[in-house]
Amino acid sequence: MENGQVQNVLIVGVGGQGVLTASDILATVCLASGYDVKKSEVHGMAKRGGVVYTHVRYGRKVLSPLIEPGEGDVLLAFEPAEALRWSKYLKPGGTLITNLRQRVPPASCLDRRPQAAVRYPQEIQRSLRQQLGDVRVLDAESLAMELGNPRVSNTVLLGVLSNVCEFSTEDWTSAIERSVKPQAREINRRAFLAGRNMQFPAAEEEPAAAPAQEAAASLAIADIEIRETWCKGCEICVVVCPQNCLKMNDAKKAVVADASSCIRCMLCEWLCPDLAVNVH
Amino acid sequence: MAIDNAVATRVLLSGNEAIARGAVESGIRVATGYPGTPSTEILETLAHIDTEGYVAWSPNEKVALDVGVGGALAGSRTLVTMKHVGVNVAADTLMSVAYTGVRAALVIVSADDPGVHSSQNEQDNRIYARFAAIPLLEPSDSQEAKDFVGQACAISERFDTPVILRTTTRLSHSKGMVEMGEILAAPAKTYQRDPSKYVLVPSNARVRHEKVLERLAQLEEFSEQTPLNRWEKGSASVGVITSGVCYQYVKEVLPEASVLKLGFTYPLPMQTVREFAASVERLFVVEELEPVLEDQCKAGGIAVEGKTFFSRLGELTPERVREGFQKAGVLPAPAPPTETSKLPVSQNLFRPPALCPGCPHTIPYLVLKKMNALVVGDIGCSTLAVYEPLAAIETTLAMGCSIGMAIGLQKGGVTSRPVVATIGDSTFFHSGIPPLIDAVYNGARITVLILDNHTTAMTGGQDHPGTGRNLRGEISRTIEIAKVCKALGVEQVQVVDPYDVPAVFRTLKAAVNHDGVSVVITNRPCVVSPASIRSAPYEVAASACNACQLCMNLGCPSITWTDEIHEGQHKVTIDPATCIGCAVCALWCPTEAIVPLPDVSAGRSQ
Repeated sequence: MENGQVQNVLIVGVGGQGVLTASDILATVCLASGYDVKKSEVHGMAKRGGVVYTHVRYGRKVLSPLIEPGEGDVLLAFEPAEALRWSKYLKPGGTLITNLRQRVPPASCLDRRPQAAVRYPQEIQRSLRQQLGDVRVLDAESLAMELGNPRVSNTVLLGVLSNVCEFSTEDWTSAIERSVKPQAREINRRAFLAGRNMQFPAAEEEPAAAPAQEAAASLAIADIEIRETWCKGCEICVVVCPQNCLKMNDAKKAVVADASSCIRCMLCEWLCPDLAVNVH
Repeated sequence: MAIDNAVATRVLLSGNEAIARGAVESGIRVATGYPGTPSTEILETLAHIDTEGYVAWSPNEKVALDVGVGGALAGSRTLVTMKHVGVNVAADTLMSVAYTGVRAALVIVSADDPGVHSSQNEQDNRIYARFAAIPLLEPSDSQEAKDFVGQACAISERFDTPVILRTTTRLSHSKGMVEMGEILAAPAKTYQRDPSKYVLVPSNARVRHEKVLERLAQLEEFSEQTPLNRWEKGSASVGVITSGVCYQYVKEVLPEASVLKLGFTYPLPMQTVREFAASVERLFVVEELEPVLEDQCKAGGIAVEGKTFFSRLGELTPERVREGFQKAGVLPAPAPPTETSKLPVSQNLFRPPALCPGCPHTIPYLVLKKMNALVVGDIGCSTLAVYEPLAAIETTLAMGCSIGMAIGLQKGGVTSRPVVATIGDSTFFHSGIPPLIDAVYNGARITVLILDNHTTAMTGGQDHPGTGRNLRGEISRTIEIAKVCKALGVEQVQVVDPYDVPAVFRTLKAAVNHDGVSVVITNRPCVVSPASIRSAPYEVAASACNACQLCMNLGCPSITWTDEIHEGQHKVTIDPATCIGCAVCALWCPTEAIVPLPDVSAGRSQ
């Protein structure tokens, strides 16, 4: 890094993944190496499974705590969809390091249409490789599992980062050691070295995945059949239905209120003491 | 901890940590507040590094400020911290303490949230300074955040006025280098009786208002002299007036410009501003949110440009400041988009914050949705039930609003659905008690569901009057919510385990059928704080899963789809690394496909 320049590192992921701890370690290493450092992050709602990001900037003198889009030297992503979200912050020729283990939010798995696809970006690696030069991908969790603890995946990723941010192994390991409990130091040291020693060969073109199947447009609405003559009006089916598909009519018989939201959990059919309900 | 370090050492501190250190260096002896992002860490840090003074959470911001005023009148330098919307709660006291003045320093930290990172609005609290006619300080980095506490104390005591120290989320949560200063002993003062000053009966208040205006004139003079306002001479073609973290963005984006860097922003140094304006060809004001500085300049007859180029909406960033100067023609127009900027943004994943795996709030909301209740929400983690798939909450406005709004909805004509107010334990103590009194007093027919997880969860797990501990972690008297409700005259008060699905159904049904005010209190602690609660995780026996999606209705972040399809629907799987083994999904599952993971060590860390 030339005098007067500022190095911009963006670390991103999902709440609970340890993004903030990783950025604290990087900032500590920068400090130990005599740089001015600024680090920006947002706490609060984001912690609860939302998007988490931190900007770390270091150099002789740092002004803004925030990195401008297109100015990032390194983007370290703990999750691939987050790599995609923040990739516009990288400068041309910047380095992307991304973990491959996906964190699919519950909101992406709500489409109840038959054969619906998970709402998650398709072919992330491919589009990132097409757009960015230096892309280094790894499955940090698998590596961490091999070392004996899936939780040290963060340290593996810091090991990969250490090849891009020019600090000594000693500075890194001492900063990591200070941030973990004594009994976890050895495994974190090994995790760091595993990441640091990883080789990233020039990308080979991986085969294009089959295009994602479009969700069938038509809604297959369940047919809920209730035999009126068998129903004695105990209301069990109405109470157990999680989707409020059934209701009691004026004659105290169970009838279908709205079949379109039926998820075919079958509770009404199975729990009807009179065998009056069938879900087709 | 680095923040305890000796004088002249340099450490990396967040704006909030720096304010706490500044409080120690200035001899602050009373510090109160209510947790609220982005202000929370100030008192947490202070309680950690200051073992002598009174550092405590109050039940709400108004009480915190009342205690603070008392502390200052007793002769102790005092700090009161809150988020921007907290100042609204404390505003009654704030407007009047501006009249009485203080004895020892009273510094009020207002932590604003431009960009609404974790709030319900993005109001600009600089306007409060003008409203109350009290001085306003705006630091621009961690070093200033620390130093300005001492400056604020000195100004407060010299001019006998409360002072607002305004930070923003970006400043509070950014870390930067701070040089530790000396820890000073505050001037020794004691309480002094002076009813003509401290008793605001109308005859006194009229006199005090005159004093406020006299003081304001003196502060205007001070504003011209203080080194908190700094003229950085640069190019004569462009001048920028700025304050707070925006100063850093301006210096980064326009390093050559002349800058009037304001640390003391109310009252403004109008003479200096005039001279500065005369020294440059084009004058800009770069400020976040409202045109506070800009309007004052314009009212003073100074031609400035501001909000035309720098939006009133959201947080400013270096990028937005650059774009503003590009639009204004000060910087050349941007280069055409590069390849990098053409990445498929449309693919961006919607990843809202969610209730945690095992969150005790999940089941009550699912049951309320099933009951077709009109759920009136409140501030806190429970607000997250607004997102799909729970999608249970229909309104959320401000702290403690749920109960009063529920009364209004019921009295105002909602009769076809049960009206249920849901409120967390900390929020209940904050401002849920007076509206519950209203409900009992005026015979409302509503249900109040108090989601008691024994902590202030959203802000990271702070203690409150119901937890049995104070801010220092010492044992304190526990105020029991059920007893409070009964004492207020609520006839039906039920306590239920929120993991016990049938019991939650029965209890809530009995509650909404009660003819009057009913209260239901859940009694499971937060699974994240103060302790991380985890037991053996569960897994899905794929052969038994009929892909009914019932467990997906929980919105649990640990449950997701697999690629295996059964009758057109995805089967599900559980992430053993994040599942905490609450077993709620196993209770729901109609095919009993969700079972304890046999090999616990496989998915778990120590």
